Amino acid sequence: MGILDSKIPSGPLANKWTKHKNDINLVNPANKRNIDIIVVGTGLAGGAAAATLAELGYNVKTFCYQDSPRRAHSIAAQGGINAAKNYQGDGDSNYRLFYDTIKGGDYRSREGNVYRLAEVSGNIIDQCVAQGVPFAREYGGMLDNRSFGGVLVSRTFYAKGQTGQQLLLGAYAAMNRQINRGKIQAFNRHEMMDLVLVDGKARGIIARDLVSGEIERHSAHAVVLATGGYGNVFFLSTNAMGSNVMAAWRAHRKGAFFANPCFTQIHPTCIPVSGDHQSKLTLMSESLRNDGRIWVPKKKEDAIAIREGKLKPTELSEEDRDYYLERRYPAFGNLVPRDVASRAAKERCDAGFGVNKTGEAVFLDFASAIERYGKEKALTSGLKNPDKATITKLGEEVVEAKYGNLFQMYEKIVDQNPYKTPMMIYPAVHYTMGGLWVDYNLQTTIPGCYSAGEANFSDHGANRLGASALMQGLADGYFVLPYTIGDYLSDDIRTGAIPTDTKEFEEAEQQVRDRMEKLTSGSGIHSVDYYHKKLGKIMWNKCGMARNEKELKEAIEEISALRKDFWENVKVPGSIDSKNQELEKAGRVADFLELGELFAKDALHRNESCGGHFREEYQTEEGEALRDDKNFKYVAAWEYKGEPKDAALHKEDLVYENIELKTRSYK
Amino acid sequence: MKLYLKIWRQKDASAPGKIVDYTLDGVEGDMSFLEMLDILNEDLISKGEEPVEFDHDCREGICGTCSLQINGEPHGPDRLVTTCQLHMRKFNDGDTIVIEPFRAKAFPVIKDLIVDRSAFDRIQQAGGYISVNTSGNTIDANTIPINKYDADEAMDAATCIGCGACVAACKNASAMLFTSAKVSQFALLPQGQVEATERVQNMVRQMDLEGFGNCTNTGACEVECPKGISLTNIARMNREYLAATCKG
Amino acid sequence: MSLIKSSLARKYVMALSGLFLVTFLILHVTINLASVFSPDFFNEASHFMGYNPIVQFLMQPILIAGVIIHFVMGFVLEIQNKKARDVSYVKYKGSANAPWVSRNMIYSGLVILAFLALHFYDFWVHEMAYKYVEANPEDPTRYYHETVEKFEPIWRTVLYVVSFVLLGLHLWHGFASSFQSMGANNKYTEGFKKFAKIFAVVVPLAFAFIAIYHHLNPITH
Repeated sequence: MGILDSKIPSGPLANKWTKHKNDINLVNPANKRNIDIIVVGTGLAGGAAAATLAELGYNVKTFCYQDSPRRAHSIAAQGGINAAKNYQGDGDSNYRLFYDTIKGGDYRSREGNVYRLAEVSGNIIDQCVAQGVPFAREYGGMLDNRSFGGVLVSRTFYAKGQTGQQLLLGAYAAMNRQINRGKIQAFNRHEMMDLVLVDGKARGIIARDLVSGEIERHSAHAVVLATGGYGNVFFLSTNAMGSNVMAAWRAHRKGAFFANPCFTQIHPTCIPVSGDHQSKLTLMSESLRNDGRIWVPKKKEDAIAIREGKLKPTELSEEDRDYYLERRYPAFGNLVPRDVASRAAKERCDAGFGVNKTGEAVFLDFASAIERYGKEKALTSGLKNPDKATITKLGEEVVEAKYGNLFQMYEKIVDQNPYKTPMMIYPAVHYTMGGLWVDYNLQTTIPGCYSAGEANFSDHGANRLGASALMQGLADGYFVLPYTIGDYLSDDIRTGAIPTDTKEFEEAEQQVRDRMEKLTSGSGIHSVDYYHKKLGKIMWNKCGMARNEKELKEAIEEISALRKDFWENVKVPGSIDSKNQELEKAGRVADFLELGELFAKDALHRNESCGGHFREEYQTEEGEALRDDKNFKYVAAWEYKGEPKDAALHKEDLVYENIELKTRSYK
Repeated sequence: MKLYLKIWRQKDASAPGKIVDYTLDGVEGDMSFLEMLDILNEDLISKGEEPVEFDHDCREGICGTCSLQINGEPHGPDRLVTTCQLHMRKFNDGDTIVIEPFRAKAFPVIKDLIVDRSAFDRIQQAGGYISVNTSGNTIDANTIPINKYDADEAMDAATCIGCGACVAACKNASAMLFTSAKVSQFALLPQGQVEATERVQNMVRQMDLEGFGNCTNTGACEVECPKGISLTNIARMNREYLAATCKG
Repeated sequence: MSLIKSSLARKYVMALSGLFLVTFLILHVTINLASVFSPDFFNEASHFMGYNPIVQFLMQPILIAGVIIHFVMGFVLEIQNKKARDVSYVKYKGSANAPWVSRNMIYSGLVILAFLALHFYDFWVHEMAYKYVEANPEDPTRYYHETVEKFEPIWRTVLYVVSFVLLGLHLWHGFASSFQSMGANNKYTEGFKKFAKIFAVVVPLAFAFIAIYHHLNPITH
């Protein structure tokens, strides 16, 4: 057991959560009124947790850097949310969802947590429908489902291509109800600058009002961090511009262990980078791979001609195309899991077959889907011997009905018509499975500091399946944390309000001020973005889709040097006591510069390939990931020791009692 | 391409603001409008000037953070896009572009191009929810079938991103499209019926308190809405409110 | 009155008073058309309207109240709407997203108000003076020639026609818009709106036709 006690309840898998709920301490309603909880981050996990805790009677303060909780980046999730409802009668069950998630995560997540996730997944759908979330329905009025990659059932609930938005607005509405009741105080345009510990317990935060620049002290009996992932350490990612690791990293520096930082999901279907000016990447939903076929030219000279604009992709005959996913993975074809599809695209582009200006893109082609749907439609419309133009027209209509909004988005960004010419796509950083280490109660290694949603490391192992992020965020927020936190808070019913005029708050505030002063007093050579872009380049080139020992070691050195340069030479105009977006960015990038190094260190130590973590030294002859269960079947939780390079490793061994470990194969 | 920018600069809420001229070279058609501003800011920072502050976050058209009145239109000349999705290929070399914050009494300027849209939050807090507690035992999601047509229409209303373009476009700075989208979503769903009367009354009351203007049915909001929210939602809210008022 | 405090209620008042005035226009245009086709019927109808106590002492005050409410509420809304944007745009491209008529109801309305002043002076003030101040005896045949004589001067005819054009523009937006304000939204709404647009063209056109017709066909003494 040692220092990392996961606190997984004993007993059979299916009874663990019920048993745990029965065993833990509760706080009576009258006492809840005397207990304050801070929730940082108002996305699916934070918003849901804040609303539910307030419903229970706790006094909740929420913090978000956005101007409204409704803008948290959960809103950008497109595809859907998984739940083991078995509405389609296709044999789905909690166990199957549990099994798929563990397997999809390449056997690097906890059985107990994942089973609980599957268990409450159905409740999430019930709750959201009751809140008025307009999920897609069938003509009979029942909820509709989609299927997603890596599974054999249809269990994904969706609201057009905006499922994340609708779920977030549901949580936001639940929050609004509590704000209206006075049970939630919402601090928007506020950023958490540090965590405050009193007697080793999390007792508050230092926050900065981003409008006035004022530094504020906020106390509470417990602090929940639901601040999302750290994909922006790569500079270019599908995350929002403001997504950052600051809250989690500040907690890490105060004693919370950071788990599996190198587990990052690179999503295969994003719009490629168009130039140096690019500020972020846009995702094209995974659902496109249901109908789109991925290919590059077979001959290098064709690829070069396409890159130079001398040849159009539509002019290339079938024999001259390499549908490499169908070639390499005949069983799953274009629908292999995300990590596999991403690596395969990189492999082709590295070999010189990339198809855009920079040589970093592959085609996602809908021509055969358009033809297939067109013929089908012609047949059902009773058209005899339709000509090719009619078939194409009908087919395009079907494709538009299915993916119209995505095609429109693509056309706006790339200025090409994806109905007429294949889309160009390339992998991009999308989600981070790693995060703050938490136990079964979602408590970090700091007592009273909890973490929920993407910010924690818990449920997705080394790779996340599509439509599971929304499920986890809401499960944590609505159904797990509000129960488990009571167990901790039951000791606090006599504590009374936590004063903020103590030396702990004073010191923390002073540290925050000093740090900002230091940021604004750099010699002023380069902008914050200059450093962020440089860090992103190092991360992408050396800690990206394929990693090796040599480059990871280089990355550690380079990031460390870049961090030093940053603190000496960054240029942050404006003052610390007013609205200052450059200062906000600087604080976030400063933390990314530390996290990036730990990321590389974690990737270097994990001498195996699993899920999103691919080490070139550890692959099969066919270039597939080679997992090492004997030596690495554990969670790597890092303890802060001053510099990232000195971080101490703690291992939480993963125990599989209900699932047999197998090699993932999609051939 | 080379652009002549006229940008509203204002130090803080109380300071007077003014239009400042900038010339920006090397803009490419593939850049988004915000990436063009990023370049301007890099340029300003390197010259030791304070960058232009503007709201933005997801940069993929869904969070609703970005705003900007561009050449007299919210989110610029393109349709069904937010500013972050507007690309510079919509402009020509030598163009002059006027960039201002969204203007409404209920949206006070915070700094430069950033406005305070918390009035929208308060409208939602007044009733934009269904009062249901979180528990593991709400009724099964399929207990109440919902007509697909209604569900789809509720979804169309629910796609509002709360950016405020409707207010910015409206000659009266009216928030009717925003408010009606939420009222409509719940009016179309059985779950929303229980609180329908109070909801529409409370939300309209808050909308009026915030100082938004009245709707004169010009339809500008619908045209400029990046999510294509329909005017029929306003009609539905008018009807809901009338019914609620008659009920008392 | 608490109803009027809400922005939506003010819109209902605007829509209902507008719709009421529209029904009055139907009556008005019908009687006026008679002046072209049947002067006798025109005289009869005008005399009835002028001396029937229900019309005079119930309908007429209601009509005047309707006009006043519509105008006063229009001004109230306009002032509030102006206040809702306290700092105006340096560049505002209203034409990009809304038709001119919908954005300038206050101006078409003001022109119509000015026209009403002239119109009242021309006919209503004259009637009041004739009936109540000078206490002239009833004369059921005077209306036709009094009306036609009014349109002898070209300036008045032009002013009337211009006002009818503005009335048409006002109706073009206002009539259809009143359905929206009242929350009409069913399968008939589109039909109603089309009817409203046709109405907005045909009725002012008929008024203008009458004015021009009488100007071109003066009564020769």
